[in-house]
Amino acid sequence: MWKWLHPYAKTERAYQLCNTLKPWFWLGALGCLSIGTVWGLLFAPADYQQGDSFRIIYIHVPAAILSMGTYVAMAVAALVGIVWQWRTAFMSMIAMAPVGALMTFIALFTGAAWGKPMWGAWWVWDARLTSELILLFLYFGVMALYAAFDDKQQAGKAAGVMALVGVVNVPIIHYSVEWWNTLHQGATISKFDNPSIAAEMLWPLLINLLGFALFIGAVTGVRLQNEIIRRERHRPWVQQLAAQNLDDKGEKHHAV
Amino acid sequence: MNPRRKSRLMVVIAVGGLIAGAMGLMLYALTDSIDLFYTPSEVIEGKAGQYPKVGQRLRIGGMVVPGTVVRDTTSLAVSFDLVDTGPKVTVNYIGILPDLFREGQGIVATGVLVDKTTINAEEVLAKHDEEYMPPELAEKMKGIKHVSPNQGATTP
Repeated sequence: MWKWLHPYAKTERAYQLCNTLKPWFWLGALGCLSIGTVWGLLFAPADYQQGDSFRIIYIHVPAAILSMGTYVAMAVAALVGIVWQWRTAFMSMIAMAPVGALMTFIALFTGAAWGKPMWGAWWVWDARLTSELILLFLYFGVMALYAAFDDKQQAGKAAGVMALVGVVNVPIIHYSVEWWNTLHQGATISKFDNPSIAAEMLWPLLINLLGFALFIGAVTGVRLQNEIIRRERHRPWVQQLAAQNLDDKGEKHHAV
Repeated sequence: MNPRRKSRLMVVIAVGGLIAGAMGLMLYALTDSIDLFYTPSEVIEGKAGQYPKVGQRLRIGGMVVPGTVVRDTTSLAVSFDLVDTGPKVTVNYIGILPDLFREGQGIVATGVLVDKTTINAEEVLAKHDEEYMPPELAEKMKGIKHVSPNQGATTP
């Protein structure tokens, strides 16, 4: 069933796959983000309670959802790396970590900026905010652990274990607003049958969500390629690639 | 799947299960401490047999009872009642209320319990719900007249 995946355990195939996918991801991200953001900020109606301040939702919610989504993807990569020992799995895990950390930071930052005018406080130690902050520290932990080892295969294993253990935090973040009394309100759009948001406000949000996802995919692709090149720089195919790039540059130079 | 991979997968699943179980038990044991606030009924009727003591610092969260907001005309002092499903608790507060503060709104207040049903708050935060809709729709569905948050809270 999973046979089609096997070639991508090889670094060269994974590198080529990134090359093929990257332009589509960048294009899609650019398109979705510009449509969703302009629609959300200019054309969606203002909220009945929060007025225009609610528009920060178009950044906050996609970043928050994808901070968790990226973590799950990272944990899946770690699982594949640990069980099947694919080198590319750990590479993609570490390629995703800073991107996910950035999403978490954006979610926390926009949440604070939203909380101040609406709730009256930048920060409250309620279960949702605290567990999201722990998610940021988990990302930092994975990155720091990976950086601490010189042998990158060992580093991948250690960081992978940490990424796997931390995945228990993801359901806690999601259900925190149901399990405990929190200042943060309950889920809005994950109730797919009946989201608590008017349709003309929901569409730009979903488009932006897709845009954020494609952006994360694109940046992860670039980072994965860099990681592959860095780790495989002594392999013949990388040196061939480098030589080819040098040739291209040389030709351009001559042409000028 | 070859046996080595299988055994690694089993170890990962077992360790993951243990950690999830441990976290679950920990969070279950901590439930009371993780809650951000008491509800008014918990303040008066107790929470799991525990009553908050007079003089205790606590957070309370509930809905502002319409018609109970009393503002002092010469200072920033304000008092209002909070309710969830049962009895009411009175909150006294001196200071600026958040923009979203209005009657019927969910509120979280931090303060000291001065007697069984009164709290002197030093911080009042507004809690909003997860519903977003344009003003016209809100008026149609809920009968809520739109008040711009920029004016709503400051006019008495």
